[in-house]
Amino acid sequence: MNAAALRQYLDFAYIAAVVLFILALKFLSSPKNARWGVMAGEIGAALAVVATLLDPEVAHYQWVLIPLIIGAGAGIPLGLVRMTAVPQRTALSHAFGALSAAMIGVAEYYVATAPLPRFAMGEIALEVIIGSLTFTGSLIAAGKLQELLPQRPIVYRGQNFVSLGVLAAALALAVALVLNPARAALFPIMVVVALIFGVLLVTPIGGADMPTVISLLNSYAGFSAALLGFVLDSKVLVVAGALDGSSGFILSVIMCKAMNRSFANVMFGAFGQVQASAAAGQEQRPVRSATAEEAGAILEAAGSVVIVPGYGMAVAQAQHKVRELYDVLAKKGVKVYFAIHPVAGRMPGHMNVLLAEAGIPYERLIEMDEINGDMPQTDVALVVGANDVTNPAARTDQASPIYGMPIIDVDKAHTVMVIKRSLNPGFAGIDNPLYYLDQTLMLFGDAKQFVGAIVRELGGGH
Amino acid sequence: MPADFLSNLYVFILAAFVGFEVIKRVSPLLHTPLMSLTNALDAIVVVAAIVIAGRHETRLTTVLGAIAVAASFSNMVGGFLITDRMLRMFKSPRSKQS
Repeated sequence: MNAAALRQYLDFAYIAAVVLFILALKFLSSPKNARWGVMAGEIGAALAVVATLLDPEVAHYQWVLIPLIIGAGAGIPLGLVRMTAVPQRTALSHAFGALSAAMIGVAEYYVATAPLPRFAMGEIALEVIIGSLTFTGSLIAAGKLQELLPQRPIVYRGQNFVSLGVLAAALALAVALVLNPARAALFPIMVVVALIFGVLLVTPIGGADMPTVISLLNSYAGFSAALLGFVLDSKVLVVAGALDGSSGFILSVIMCKAMNRSFANVMFGAFGQVQASAAAGQEQRPVRSATAEEAGAILEAAGSVVIVPGYGMAVAQAQHKVRELYDVLAKKGVKVYFAIHPVAGRMPGHMNVLLAEAGIPYERLIEMDEINGDMPQTDVALVVGANDVTNPAARTDQASPIYGMPIIDVDKAHTVMVIKRSLNPGFAGIDNPLYYLDQTLMLFGDAKQFVGAIVRELGGGH
Repeated sequence: MPADFLSNLYVFILAAFVGFEVIKRVSPLLHTPLMSLTNALDAIVVVAAIVIAGRHETRLTTVLGAIAVAASFSNMVGGFLITDRMLRMFKSPRSKQS
């Protein structure tokens, strides 16, 4: 069989891969069959990889097999990280994906022996810019999530002008290359400028905005792969990139809506910087606090309890203690549900994964819109490490920076209990009037220890 | 404008719509596994990297290709692995604990 005929057969493998990829995402519509989705994706990916290895163009196997082994060697530990490390792992994988898309684009540029036609030059330039900025941006996001870098927004005067200026420079270099593709010296400069822009783009963004940022980077990584498909005329890349890109885009829109903010505000607003000084100047107001014993007695006497988890639960690794609390209360006949805010935690779905890991059945995990109707009939709302997503100022105080953000209406429950280290304002630096309400009891302490203490009071746990 | 650009644009637009319709139906419960699964699927750029590295045209392009093979294949392996681990944890009370 000659090479052209073989390649036609190989194309069928790519088509099968595309079908399996779409099925993979379709299986995710319910948790029951979701694992079939992984299977479909794996078969599709394996078909495509094997078909490519059979491609007669691939002649130098040592340059392929050794990197494949290294990749598998790095991928397995990255697939086995603890669930609390999933946000930074995800950011890192966006970085890897964008890195490989950018590098293939760069290689494709240098493979060409004569200057490229203008159109192809434009495609490659755009692809390499998006890939490069997503690579460094995702690395910064991963660094913030791993707390190698400060999670605070890092801002300085005139920042947005500098950042947009750098982006404009990268685009100007791309335009110069399109106008005269022979100016090869500009290409590496454009790559470096795009890499710098990625750093500038994510550095000013605070940890609380990470769910949106990580989704946006997901979307960029996908679209850079799709653009690479245009560059290489590879339909399987176009499709996979379009699926990944639209998935990231949908998640970004959901995250923005859940915070009542626009993309521009997330990217350039440096949320959480403005309020810190205002909150610090506030006078002390009285709060009521309770011990683990009192909290246990109230929970035990309740008919229904809604637990509201947040990033603090992940930081304190309290999800297993929360599971014990769920078990002991369920045994005593208390109805326990979990209220999940879309932006609770550091990435979309973060709380669901942690609670599922702890072994809480997913029927107990209720979305914000669904549970808010039940809050007035709820005896106790127990807030574990969540702050802004329970702040009633979002409904009432037009001056609050989070005004208009949809929240979980814990203040409508008969009793609210908040586990918190201190009264210091939360990550976004916004004071929470919830703590000063008459029906609110503050449970001061570490989330894991405090929930553990309540469990012991109720005679559960180990 | 090259002819293959238009056919790729058709494919891109259709795939983006399919993606939009399919992903809209993914339960918010599974948004984290959704992200790791799409990441693993996106790692299909490994096929382009394999071609670049395996053609071995210049030293520079081969090294770039080889790095891209390693980076994207680690995403593919790690992405499927962690997605499956996460999905295994989502249990309903009726299913027996494994």
